[in-house]
Amino acid sequence: MPNRRDMMARSAAVAALLAGAGVLPAHAQSAWNKAAFEGKSVDEAIKGLGIAKPVESKDIAFTAPDIAENGAVVPIAVSTTLPGVKRIAFLVEKNPTTLAGVFEFTDAVETSVATRIKMGQSSNVLAVAIMGDGKVFYAQKDVKVTLGGCGG
Amino acid sequence: MSDPMRIRAQVQGSGAVVRVLMSHEMETGQRKDAAGKTIPAWHITEVTAALNGKTVMTAQWGTAIAKNPFTQFTVKGAKAGDKISIAWVDNRGDSRTDEVVVA
Amino acid sequence: MKQRHAAVWAAGVLAVTGCLASAQAQTSTADGIAQYRALLADGNPAELWEAKGELLWTQKRGSKNLSFETCDLGKGAGVVKGAFVELPRYFADTQRVQDLESRLLTCMAAQGFNAAEIAATPFGRGEQVNLEALVAYVSAASRGMKFNLPQGRTEERQMAEAGKRLFYFRAGPYDFSCASCHGEPGKRIRLQDLPDLAKSPGDGVGFAAWPAYRVSSGELWSMQRRLNDCYRQQRFPFPGYASDATIALGSFMGVQARGALSIAPAIKR
Repeated sequence: MPNRRDMMARSAAVAALLAGAGVLPAHAQSAWNKAAFEGKSVDEAIKGLGIAKPVESKDIAFTAPDIAENGAVVPIAVSTTLPGVKRIAFLVEKNPTTLAGVFEFTDAVETSVATRIKMGQSSNVLAVAIMGDGKVFYAQKDVKVTLGGCGG
Repeated sequence: MSDPMRIRAQVQGSGAVVRVLMSHEMETGQRKDAAGKTIPAWHITEVTAALNGKTVMTAQWGTAIAKNPFTQFTVKGAKAGDKISIAWVDNRGDSRTDEVVVA
Repeated sequence: MKQRHAAVWAAGVLAVTGCLASAQAQTSTADGIAQYRALLADGNPAELWEAKGELLWTQKRGSKNLSFETCDLGKGAGVVKGAFVELPRYFADTQRVQDLESRLLTCMAAQGFNAAEIAATPFGRGEQVNLEALVAYVSAASRGMKFNLPQGRTEERQMAEAGKRLFYFRAGPYDFSCASCHGEPGKRIRLQDLPDLAKSPGDGVGFAAWPAYRVSSGELWSMQRRLNDCYRQQRFPFPGYASDATIALGSFMGVQARGALSIAPAIKR
């Protein structure tokens, strides 16, 4: 089992290789936000993300199925007309750790993204839009998670 | 080492819709194996999308992104012939970059 | 679309919160599932297997260093397009009716692999993983085409008839047959609609929907794996990978599915 030092060295080596090959972007991403991803509630995730408490907004179009046949793959999509959105985070209220992912947008992309998340049980899912000026908005959807039958 | 991503980038209106399918186990770290031992978490932690070498979007992922994740986003102003590259890094230090030409 | 039924949900079986006691709510559940499946239609992880299979098809492998380009799936050596929707069928070189997996094993044997060993390998391990990829690739090349299994030879008709008998054959500790679940229209286990395989269940359903990426396990299941699991669910002994019994069932279902559009590789719960 590789120890942490080996993995760091390997990761650095790979990064150097990729940077040399010109496929890694010029700037490095900030370190993975452990505190946010380990948050066990919406509040803890918000705290870990270092953002203000979100306010509900009708300008965030959040698409998620009413019922997810299998919680292992739940398709979600967000798009918003709010100007100045820098990041969108997805939170699953009842997951063991709430924060599923954070997407960060430059001006070169539309502030819309679709992805697939895991849900441990029926839960509220939140799409949180973080603005450049520090304001935070959200939309939410209640998604039921079922166990399908024996076939399919 | 890891399987290649499937990336489709198609011009739509004034930009390009990019759809990516990644091959990754995305192990949550919640499961136990037959012997009762916890299977350690193994998941993509960072994703970077670039247009002609310039970063356009990044993401940080946790264990709750699905296995073999599918992601879709739209790059403004991308034209046919432009290069879209997607890179991921996981918590084991593995990484992968694949690129595609906008159609 | 699917048949609605007026039956009331069995209360204890569901993991869904909320009131679902009426036929009305039942319809919205079916709609909800349909919406979920529609949202997953784009970006089927099966494509990852298709891509892998495409590479394997032209790769020289095995002790004989051969690629699959010499492999005849029924439409000629190396011809992939349209082959899937005509399988199982009779092959002159082996003098037997074979389905896709069985034929791939024949070709892998020609490459120098030990077919019996691969057949005995558990799903998801070793060369079985490559078989999954090949099955995904070959079936994808017939996507949108109609099933048209040949029945011109006695062997082909006999296989289909044997499959029909196996389909209705009751056995095991629960006295199940395939028909117990798949012999009538409008049946369901919990939230899974069960296609009626005794007839043609229609485009992209039943036989026309496998192989498929199974979201619940994150794996690509071939028809062989699907049949294997059906046997497990009936508490039958396992039928054997690419055995005559499985080929017979495939022949029966494939003939029933004549004219139905294949959507393989599909995506499933």
